[in-house]
Amino acid sequence: MINFIHIFLFTFLAIIAIAVIRMRDLFAAVMLMGIFSLLSASLFTVMDAVDVAFTEASVGAGISTILMLATLSLTTSKESTLYQRPRPLALVVVVLTGAALVYATFDMPRYGDPAAPINHHVADYYIARTMDDTGVPNMVTAILASYRGYDTFGETTVIFTACVGVMLLLGGARTFYRWRHREDAGDPEARP
Amino acid sequence: MIRHVILRVMAKMLIPLIMLFALYVQFHGDYGPGGGFQAGVIFGAAIILFALIFGLERAKQAFPPRVLEVLVAVGLMIYGGTGLAAIVKGGNFLGYGALAHDPVHGQHLGILLVELGVGITVASVMSTIFFHFAGRGRADV
Repeated sequence: MINFIHIFLFTFLAIIAIAVIRMRDLFAAVMLMGIFSLLSASLFTVMDAVDVAFTEASVGAGISTILMLATLSLTTSKESTLYQRPRPLALVVVVLTGAALVYATFDMPRYGDPAAPINHHVADYYIARTMDDTGVPNMVTAILASYRGYDTFGETTVIFTACVGVMLLLGGARTFYRWRHREDAGDPEARP
Repeated sequence: MIRHVILRVMAKMLIPLIMLFALYVQFHGDYGPGGGFQAGVIFGAAIILFALIFGLERAKQAFPPRVLEVLVAVGLMIYGGTGLAAIVKGGNFLGYGALAHDPVHGQHLGILLVELGVGITVASVMSTIFFHFAGRGRADV
């Protein structure tokens, strides 16, 4: 049963990905990307990664779709098509890279393999000690906020920096600029 | 957008519930799935829904952009401040065990404060970014 659900979700992910690439209407592409995120979230839920699924559903399907739509309302929702001659060399490079990536997956441990390195490096310590160290039943929260507190601090700083970048690019700094140059504003001729 | 009665009534009913759910995700993150990041995104989504239904101007009255811009930094400072408080109390940076007499209580307090900082920053970042995107084009989104 669980295999059937996996195959179902992965098939739809592939179909939606191809549809997004082929689509020229950007509005529909944004909507399909939202569905793509929601399907990924269901996939994470099936794989018992509820925290990741929660984040994917709220960020991927929620906020980023809305921000994409806000961007589309500022620009246009049609992709400008540009005819390019087919390039055989590019196809060869893409096929070779894809083949190398598929070949690399043969070395990966099976999904959920208890002997895989990912389940042994520090995971044993976290599973054994989280409850005694922090008293927090949700291990994911304990790892993110306490054991890996530096990383989460860095991530929060990244979000902060992204916001500052958007504010500088989209006019947050304009008020300060206007305030600095308020004498010049009344008389355009006076400016050099 | 204000003409659509069904959207308006439904949004009025849903927005408080979404905000309440965000607070639940924020403070229940220790026990179930969720945490500051998800809670912040959900709270930001509630603000964005308000702006979409009632217009950007009324959203800016309800959630002043000046306050949100300050909160972007305040959240990060709560996170960093928790780390510094741990140093002042004699521990390492972000070593929450030093925050209380019992290391386990200290960890609990530290995780709560840090997640609160993340939630405040993420919620105000999401709404600030949306206000800036929406404010560039037509005023009513």
